[in-house]
Amino acid sequence: MSALVIDALTVAFGRFRALDALSLAVDPGEVRAVIGPNGAGKTTLLDVISGITKPVSGRVMLGDRLDLTRCSEAQIARAGVRRKFQKPSVFPVLTVRENLAIGCGPDMAPGAREARIAAVLGEVGLAVRAAVPAGALSHGEKQWLEIGMVLAAEPGLLLLDEPVAGLSDAETARTAELIGRLRRPDRAILVIEHDMGFVEAVADKVTVLHEGRTLYEGGMQGARRDARVIEVFLGR
Amino acid sequence: MSGAVHTGLAAPAHERRALRDPLVAVLVGLCLAAALGLVLGRPAPYLVNAVGQLAAFAILAVSLDLVWGYLGILSLGHGLFFAIGGYVCAMHLLAHGTVMTGTLPDFVQFMGWKGLPAYWAGLEHAPYALLLALGLAGLVAFLFGLVAFRSRVNGVYFSIISQALVYVAMLLMYRNDTGLGGNNGMTGFPLLFGWPMGAPAVVTGLAVAALLTLAAVLAGARRLVGSAVGRRMLACRDDETRLRTLGYSTTRLKLRVWCLSAMIAALAGILYVPQVGIINPRVLAPDLSIEIAVWVAIGGLGRLGGAVIGAVLVNALKFWLSAAMPEAWPFILSGLVLLVVLALPNGLLDLAGLRIRPSWASGAR
Repeated sequence: MSALVIDALTVAFGRFRALDALSLAVDPGEVRAVIGPNGAGKTTLLDVISGITKPVSGRVMLGDRLDLTRCSEAQIARAGVRRKFQKPSVFPVLTVRENLAIGCGPDMAPGAREARIAAVLGEVGLAVRAAVPAGALSHGEKQWLEIGMVLAAEPGLLLLDEPVAGLSDAETARTAELIGRLRRPDRAILVIEHDMGFVEAVADKVTVLHEGRTLYEGGMQGARRDARVIEVFLGR
Repeated sequence: MSGAVHTGLAAPAHERRALRDPLVAVLVGLCLAAALGLVLGRPAPYLVNAVGQLAAFAILAVSLDLVWGYLGILSLGHGLFFAIGGYVCAMHLLAHGTVMTGTLPDFVQFMGWKGLPAYWAGLEHAPYALLLALGLAGLVAFLFGLVAFRSRVNGVYFSIISQALVYVAMLLMYRNDTGLGGNNGMTGFPLLFGWPMGAPAVVTGLAVAALLTLAAVLAGARRLVGSAVGRRMLACRDDETRLRTLGYSTTRLKLRVWCLSAMIAALAGILYVPQVGIINPRVLAPDLSIEIAVWVAIGGLGRLGGAVIGAVLVNALKFWLSAAMPEAWPFILSGLVLLVVLALPNGLLDLAGLRIRPSWASGAR
C-alpha cells in the first residue's frame, strides 16, 4: 500500500497546464524530493494535495482510501496531511507556544496538547523561545516553528515546500538533521527544494518535474547523470 | 528584509498587550462608576440621556471591532443589525403603548389601518421582543455570513456587499406599506414597562441599562479575545489559509463571531431607540454604517478600549458641535479621519503610546 498515490492529475490555469496528467506514488516511511525548474508545477502539486487548488481531472489518494481532491483543506488536514509553506507561515502576534497549540489541531485533548507542545518545542529547538511572539523570531526560527506546527498533530503525510530557502549553511544542515529525525515507518514526507545538497542529504528518491510532467524518477545520483534532467535543470 | 524584521519585532509586543488589555478593565470600572453616578448624582436629564446614547454607540463600536479588528472582516453594513434591534424595540414600545392606552400608533392611523399588522402579534411582551430582535439579527447575519464565508468572499468584496445589504434594507424600509412606519419611521413611544417615557427615572434607567450592558459586553468580549478562540480569530485574520490547512474550519469560526457581533449590534440598537425616541430608515443609510468604522479607526482598531474611546469621543463631539455649529460637523469628521489616516494609523491610542504600528499592516489579506 502506498501512502500517497497521485493518478493522472491535471491542473489548468486558463489554457496553461500547470500539471499535465501527472502520476506519482510515495511509500510509507519514504522521504521523496520533488525538484524542477521554476514553473514546473511543484508548488501547484502541493496546493492540490493540501486542497487549496482543485484539479481539472485526476485523483489524489491518501492511503488508498480517501480522495483528497474531494475534501476541503480542513478535512485533508484532519486526515493527517500537513503542509509547510514556502514563505514561513506562522501567526506573528501569537507566541511560539500558542502557534504550536494551534498546530495541534482542533481535536486534541488539552492534556495531550500540553505534552505534545513540550515535546515539539524540544524537537525543533525552540524551548527557550516558547513565550516569544512568532513575529519576533529570526527567519530560520520561523521556518523551524512552522515545521513544529505541522509536526504537532503527528501527521502521516508531511509536505515541505522549500524548508531551507533563505537559511544559512549551518541552519540548512540543522534542518536536514531535523528531517532525518522526522522519518518514521508510518510517515511519508514530500519535500520540494532547490538546494541539491540538501535533497541528496534527506531524500530516498527524487522526482524531477518539468512543465507539469515527470521527467525522471529515481535516486539523486541517477538524476545528476540523466541527460534530459541536465538539459532542463541541472545544466543551467 | 531588515525592515520587515524590525516591524515584526515591534508589532507582536503591542498586539499582545491588546489580548490582556488593562484599558478594558479601566473602562468597565468607569461604566459602573458612571452608572452609580447617574443614580446618586441625578444630573440634568439631557446629560443622562447623552451618556446613555454614547454607551449604546460604544456597544455598537465594540461589536464592529470584534469582527474587524480581531477577525479582519470589515463590515460596512453594521447599521443593519443596529437597525434590526432598533426597529424591533420600537415595535415593542408601540405595541405596549397600544395595549396600555388603547390608542393606535400615528403611522397606523395614517395608513388607515384598523389595528397593528398581524406580524406584530405578541410584541407587547418585552422578553419575546428581545428574543425576536436578537434572533432576527443573528439569523440575517447567519444567512449572509454563510453565503459569503462559504464562497470565500473576503476583504474589500465583503465590505462592499455588506454595504449593499444595508442599502437594500434602507430602500425596503422607506416603503410605507411594510407596516414599519415607512419613511417617517416610528416615534411617539408613550410608555416603557408602563412608565411614561420622558420621566426622569425612565431616562436614568435607560442610561444605566446602556452603561451596564456596555460593561458586560466589554468584559465578555475581552474574555473571548483572550481565549483559545480569540487566538484562532487572530490567526484567521493574519493567515486564513494557514489556519485551514492546520485542520480548522475557518468558515465556522467566522460565522460564529460574525453572528455574535450582529447580536451585540442589535443590543445597541435596542438600547438606543428608546433613548432617542425615534427610529427611521436613516439608520440604514450607508454613510452611517461607514461612520461606525470611522469611530473604531479613530479610537484604535483591534483594541476593544479603542473602539469605546473612538465611539464616545466622536459622538460627544458630534452632540456638542452639531448643536453649536451644525454646518461644520462634516468637515471636522473628515478632518479627524484624515488625521488618523495620515498621522495616527492606530487611532487615538497612538497618542498614549500604546501602539506603534497598524494591525492591518500584518493583518488584512
